[in-house]
Amino acid sequence: MPSPRYVMQAVRGGLLLSLLTLARADDLGPRGPILPKYEQECAACHIPYAPGLLPAASWQRLMGSLEHHFGTDASLDAASVQEIGQWLNQHAGTYKRVHEPPPENRITRSAWFLRKHRADEVPPELWRHPAVRSAANCAACHTHAAQGRFNERDIRLPR
Amino acid sequence: MKALILVPAGLAALLLAAPVHAVTATEQLADYTRAAGAPADPTRGQQLFTRRHGHEWSCSSCHTTNPTAQGQHASTGKQIAPLAPAANPRRFTDAAKTEKWFRRNCKDVVGRECTAGEKADVLAWLLTFAH
Repeated sequence: MPSPRYVMQAVRGGLLLSLLTLARADDLGPRGPILPKYEQECAACHIPYAPGLLPAASWQRLMGSLEHHFGTDASLDAASVQEIGQWLNQHAGTYKRVHEPPPENRITRSAWFLRKHRADEVPPELWRHPAVRSAANCAACHTHAAQGRFNERDIRLPR
Repeated sequence: MKALILVPAGLAALLLAAPVHAVTATEQLADYTRAAGAPADPTRGQQLFTRRHGHEWSCSSCHTTNPTAQGQHASTGKQIAPLAPAANPRRFTDAAKTEKWFRRNCKDVVGRECTAGEKADVLAWLLTFAH
């Protein structure tokens, strides 16, 4: 039978590990700085969605259909498409919950997104708030969304 | 000999590093007007900007009807900086950027690319706002 001291150490180790995993799960930003071209082109219309929010297959489809981008023409020159596409592919989400491309390649239709924003968590009227308006507007509540950080501590609901 | 080669190389690097399309809004208005072959009309520009053209959005859906005010993207909700150069001196200082946004946004709003004359009209209207 192991001594209580070892048991405690193992428990602590396990706790630390799960805390680290949790921290990673809420930090979906790229490893390293955001590609300036991505910021310049994509973040003109919306926050620079962290590449880890979608799997590579979704990013690839989005970058291949910018002329019809969720109801708007977001087309770019070929060199920019290539540069941004490559960077997204490199930093795309790979772990379990971001593995499957969501319907229409919408982050907001991912199973994990819907689960995290169920009506008991986010009241329906909050989506219609003038400061929110769209589920695409992550930064309305997630204050560090532009940096890819979605920690619960950083949530501020608009009044 | 080396210096002789390096000087032109340095000059070329300087030229390449400088923003290629740096212009002013007034210069771009002149370019569009020249391409249109007719004078620009700010009133026509305002109408084009504020009216819908058989599609879901007008320019003002995002930019509001007051181009000196801050706008908001109609679908994502993101804040959009004012469009009139008087309120935002960074607007219309890069011809390629101007062309990119006219191309995409006219397709969204008008359903096709805008003509040089239409771009001149809109720019002429945006330039009527004073500092």
